[in-house]
Amino acid sequence: MIIIEPRASVSLFRAAMAPVWAVAAALVLCSVLIMWTGTSVPTAYVLLFKGAFGSSFAINETLTRSIPLIFTGLAVAVAFRAKFYNIGAEGQLYAGALAATFFGTGLITLPAVLMIPLLMLVGAIAGGLLLIIPVLLKTRLKVDEVVTTLLLNFVVLLVVSYLLEGPWKDPMSLGWPQAASIVDEGVLPALLAKGRLHFGLIIAVLMAVAMWAIMRFTVLGYEIRAVGFNAGAAEFSGIRVNRTVIITALISGGLAGMAGVSETAGLKGYLTLDLSPGFGYTGIAVAMLAQLSPLGVIPAAIFLSAVYVGADAMSRAVNIPSYIADVLVGVSVLAVLVSVMFSQFLVRWRS
Amino acid sequence: MPALEFRGVTKRFGSLTANDAVSLVIEPGEVLALLGENGAGKTTLMNILFGHYQADQGEILVDGKPLAPGSTQAAINAGVGMVHQHFTLAANLTVLENIMLGTEGLWSWRQNTKAARDKIAAMARDYGLQVDPDALVGDISVGERQRVEILKALYRDARILILDEPTAVLTPQEADSLFATLKSLTEKGLAVIFISHKLHEILAVSDRVAVLRRGAMVGSVVTKDADKAQLAEMMVGRTVTRPKPEPMQAGKAILEISRLTTSGDSAAALADVSLTVHAHEIIGIAGVSGNGQQALADVLCGLASGFSGTVQLHGAPLPAGRPRAIVNAGVGRIPEDRHARGVVGDMEIWENLISEDLRSDAVSRWGIVDRGRATARAEKQIAEFDVRCEGPDAETKLLSGGNMQKLILARALSREPSFILANQPVRGLDEGAIAYVQERLLEARARGAGILLISEDLDELMALSDRIAVLSHGRLSEALPSEARSIAEIGLMMAGQDGGEKAA
Repeated sequence: MIIIEPRASVSLFRAAMAPVWAVAAALVLCSVLIMWTGTSVPTAYVLLFKGAFGSSFAINETLTRSIPLIFTGLAVAVAFRAKFYNIGAEGQLYAGALAATFFGTGLITLPAVLMIPLLMLVGAIAGGLLLIIPVLLKTRLKVDEVVTTLLLNFVVLLVVSYLLEGPWKDPMSLGWPQAASIVDEGVLPALLAKGRLHFGLIIAVLMAVAMWAIMRFTVLGYEIRAVGFNAGAAEFSGIRVNRTVIITALISGGLAGMAGVSETAGLKGYLTLDLSPGFGYTGIAVAMLAQLSPLGVIPAAIFLSAVYVGADAMSRAVNIPSYIADVLVGVSVLAVLVSVMFSQFLVRWRS
Repeated sequence: MPALEFRGVTKRFGSLTANDAVSLVIEPGEVLALLGENGAGKTTLMNILFGHYQADQGEILVDGKPLAPGSTQAAINAGVGMVHQHFTLAANLTVLENIMLGTEGLWSWRQNTKAARDKIAAMARDYGLQVDPDALVGDISVGERQRVEILKALYRDARILILDEPTAVLTPQEADSLFATLKSLTEKGLAVIFISHKLHEILAVSDRVAVLRRGAMVGSVVTKDADKAQLAEMMVGRTVTRPKPEPMQAGKAILEISRLTTSGDSAAALADVSLTVHAHEIIGIAGVSGNGQQALADVLCGLASGFSGTVQLHGAPLPAGRPRAIVNAGVGRIPEDRHARGVVGDMEIWENLISEDLRSDAVSRWGIVDRGRATARAEKQIAEFDVRCEGPDAETKLLSGGNMQKLILARALSREPSFILANQPVRGLDEGAIAYVQERLLEARARGAGILLISEDLDELMALSDRIAVLSHGRLSEALPSEARSIAEIGLMMAGQDGGEKAA
């Protein structure tokens, strides 16, 4: 029989090592699947690593892919910190992309220094507004936000589909369901001469630092943490719990909306139905891997992005489907949950 | 042969030794009181006996045979029965069903209720444990529920009965009836372990007292040769005297409650409650919990705003439903549940010390927490209220119960409130901390504060209060000078037998 007892104290080092152990465990577990395909495990992992970091092109691609994950990871981390379980970053991402498309394809044209912040702002507002319904349902009627935010994803995706097939369809797109291009002033500039890496990375990192500072130094951050840790004590001390949850939701939706702006105006230049291959959902994995720390979101997002980019390269080189990336990410997240438990509890076999 | 024997039982949690080579013998037919402060290791020892934990060293013998470690089933089969402080009964099942629960085979075709009914009737007769087997557990009183718990253990043929703080939820009369039951159980040859930190009960009910202190067995004495002072000193390791209030003339009215009525669950809602608290006065509210204490505390703490009637502080209406405004109006609040309401355990000590005035200029500017000022203030409060910790940056959940309560006192009292709501302020604290908290409350009284003290401990109420009122089924009796009341009288009023108000 397994005996589980709480540890007397959890050292900072032990807590920080939890995700590292988790990733190691995930790599070991996934090697079983790789062996199944008949490929040697070291070869596969070397290919995966080279695919993610082996060349300047690979690094460029990994960082590019990490941009939306930093935004959605932050969105999930801040919401989960207040125990508001926002599973709808995917929908909020598309809401942000819709807003960027609405304002950025000719409705307004400003110099780039104003146009880019404007698009980011309207995208954030759109993402935040999308969360208004679930958060009010939660605070007023105690409706479970997991269900409402998750289902809204599909609603938003259908709206995007309708707009791209109908009113917003770009007549110049030769029949493809895509919207008109973002005006030049609104496009996020490239960071390097070669590759797709764009200015969105700078914005994402700045947002991570900003969220870290808000959570650590401000009254609002104090309130968000207090509400998440112990809503009863927060209420007793006079923190307005519902108001705090609503503000947190608006911030969370806003960050996810910025992911949509960054993808539309930075990477593709126009809105398509496959803008996000599930960045909103992967954001949950990023936040869990980062243990909800805003600064931890940056390495977590880069790691998960590397797994996806590397797995693509690996699958092109050897006979392993790139779906291994999804497995690796899934196992990593599960392993994080387990290793966090290990860091707080002592588990041993009964003699 | 002893009914139960602990031999050198040791249990460590990391660096903490919860039980240090504890050896203890219980004979059949005796009531052994296990005495110790909170955290002395009483519960850990019983959890080891019951298989919830596994000892690192040592063994347990039941009737001379070693007990398989780490197995609750083995303990039950060996004849060990436990009545937990918090009952483990299903409210929507009948007494009979609760007692039978888990004793029937999963695949048996039908329940053998007849045999069970007969057995329960026989036990009830033999031990004086009268309770209607067909009543729903949700409908019966707390005292009756405890009888069901005891019957449950006896139904499983327990020869050794463990009662963990059994009187915490009982009125004095119910406690007396429990003691009578224990006597008849031991006459039939059962061994009883009675866990408590209330000295007068232990003296009343036990044959022998074993004292635990910081995980180690201090010794055991025959009850009739022991007295309160000796047991207290064994338990605490030094002499602790609880403070006594000096007589004081009550001053002007501070808090005036008039015809306060709240909605909600009938027994726990307030019905037409009126009360005035004056300066230099402690008013004790006696009552079994669940009779409206929560509703009263919620109104005064600012957690509830839906009520009729008036609550006035210094002649102005209390800002209902607004905790910060209430605090700013001069109310100091000590919540009933330290962990659920009092502190955020995952945050640091200095953060918990600023939670009530987070948005004031003293600790924040422009929405930014002024950590320097907050920490400096926290250091002063920690020193002044003797909170034993590594410093203001320590995590709050690492504090002991007593130090956590001192932190809450520091937060509430350093603003020198004119009215203090103290809801179960010493529950779960050790003797030293109890004396400290009571001293601080008396200091506030001397300074001119009016204090409302809600407690289930009648001894505490009698010792500290200038006047005592009893809350039963949401109705509050008149507050009379505590010398004018006897414990028995208050007990009857707690049971709702005052002015013809019978339990619904």
